[in-house]
Amino acid sequence: MNSAGNSGRAPPRAGRALPWALVTPALAWTLAFFVLPFVAMGLSSLTAHEGGGLTLANYSQFFTNASYWQAMVNSLQVTAIVTVVSVLLAYPFAWILAEQVPERWQRLALMLAVLPFWTSYVVRSYSWLLVLAQNGVINRALTGSGLIAEPLQLANTRLATVTGFVHFFVMLLTLTIFANLKQLSPSYRKAAADLGAGPVRTFLHVVLPLTLPGIMVGAFLTFVLCIGDYITPQILGGNNELLMPQLVMMQIGRRGDFPLASALSIILMAVVTLAYLACARWLKIERA
Amino acid sequence: MSVKSGNLLSVLKRRLHAACAATALLLAAGSLAEAADLNALIWCDHSDPALLQPFEEANNVKVNVKEFEGTGAGLAIVEQSQPGDWDVMVIDSIDVPRGVEKGLFEPLPEDKLPFGDLFPQVKMDGSTIVGGKRYGITEKFGYNTIGFNKTKVDPADMQSLASLTSDKYKGKIAIYDYYLPVIGMAALAIGKKTAELTEADLPALKEELLKMKANAKLVGEVTASQTALATGEVDILVGGGEWVTAGLAKENPALDFSIPKEGAVLWSQSLAMFKDSKNKDMALKFIQYIMSPEGQARLATSSCYWGMPSNTKAALTGDQKKVLRFDEQPDFLARAQAYPAPNADLDKKMQDMWTEMLQAK
Repeated sequence: MNSAGNSGRAPPRAGRALPWALVTPALAWTLAFFVLPFVAMGLSSLTAHEGGGLTLANYSQFFTNASYWQAMVNSLQVTAIVTVVSVLLAYPFAWILAEQVPERWQRLALMLAVLPFWTSYVVRSYSWLLVLAQNGVINRALTGSGLIAEPLQLANTRLATVTGFVHFFVMLLTLTIFANLKQLSPSYRKAAADLGAGPVRTFLHVVLPLTLPGIMVGAFLTFVLCIGDYITPQILGGNNELLMPQLVMMQIGRRGDFPLASALSIILMAVVTLAYLACARWLKIERA
Repeated sequence: MSVKSGNLLSVLKRRLHAACAATALLLAAGSLAEAADLNALIWCDHSDPALLQPFEEANNVKVNVKEFEGTGAGLAIVEQSQPGDWDVMVIDSIDVPRGVEKGLFEPLPEDKLPFGDLFPQVKMDGSTIVGGKRYGITEKFGYNTIGFNKTKVDPADMQSLASLTSDKYKGKIAIYDYYLPVIGMAALAIGKKTAELTEADLPALKEELLKMKANAKLVGEVTASQTALATGEVDILVGGGEWVTAGLAKENPALDFSIPKEGAVLWSQSLAMFKDSKNKDMALKFIQYIMSPEGQARLATSSCYWGMPSNTKAALTGDQKKVLRFDEQPDFLARAQAYPAPNADLDKKMQDMWTEMLQAK
């Protein structure tokens, strides 16, 4: 529409302002609810709980107190187990949905798959407690059938925490992997078959590498949401080991030690950032 | 295109002005409403409508409540608020001095409150009186002791804290996840007085806590530990007491608590009034209501958790008194020891010791 004579001129002021006007709410939101709180948390983490003043003591406590360090180790272990198990369960599930379920039933099947998302997170965790408890469904079934004489300790363990997490994250990963599988053109498989590759070889060398972005996006979301979650380990883990979010909360309850809680949160955030950088580099997200 | 954009911008601008004006009006209306209300920072037992409604109706006032757990979290809410936002606060009696040190609380008029009717042992003068002035009044109390299912354990064993670390009950125990009262119980178990704990006692206390942990199936906050005992996941709750068993007495009469021969830890919660309250008359009326025989009975039997009313004249029914073991209180109080009230440094060390206990395999 512009004539050649207009093309070198700057757009009118109002035209220049419009994009800024449109993007300002998002920027303001991010500034108000992420950047400013993050800066405040960073400053708080450098403040002494008693008497104020700048200090690195809150950070040094984490690296010198074995129980604090252990909380990070526990968090990373639980998160790694949850992520791997969730991927291993979600991939075949998503593949069956995308490849084996007839097209007309896929939407319904997907909706049924994510149905547990519709219940409250807390309620779902307490439900698992009832399933895994000493008098719960599993132990009753096992003792009733005579397979075991004494109930197993399933609730209030790391296994319970992992189970609760996996139940939640399998749904999330199924969605991301399913979307990726559906985007995959059938031509790739046909080409592989033309070149003599069998189904296993096609899957390992064509389908799997091409669906890695879906896996990695889901795995990264699982990692982030799992490592920062307080509810599930608190309800299902029975406090038999502390994870980082529980350690953070513990500093606030009675003593109100916000500086130490802030330092622990920043450390947790640094770990998440490292995970993001690792995923971003591998998936070359920066090219998008 | 640019004309259109200009129009769009001016429309946006007008709407923004209108939105700002509407927000300002709403905020103004909100602050007016707040001025007429009573704003209370509370524990969950005060949010029971059966407790609040009679006061609201009698005084034509709306009580706005905000629940918190832990003094630190409560004081943080106050610090993040404007002076005058809050009128009254429920606080651990031992933590009243923390609020006074921060200049938050107003001295209470002793002549207008029923101090003469309180159980003498729960007035907690050492904590609620600072600089000769009283800043808190104990409204409810109870014990962190042994809660248990009497059909599953030998009640005679529950008369000694040594049972908590014996092999007989391994895997049948839950520990209440609050370090001060359970450390107090560990102190009683090793023959120390809770009021005299020092840093030198920490190694022995840690050893006792680790023995308890080795026997425990879980360490849970209020709901988790209560659920574990009620559902039969565990048979004993370390740190439990009437606050766990009394409210469940109707559904599960097998739940009970003991005050073992070594003693128990006395917990108590107080009410305090904010110095900057804009509604001090109503705040005092609220405290008077809570401390009245009717208010005390309702608070003691709140749906969130039961506990002993600090007023000896609380209008409890015979059944309620029986469940709370009201008539046994003089004996219980004589054997109970105060909640540990460490200074900030020892408090931090105790919490770190608790963290180590939680992480122990």
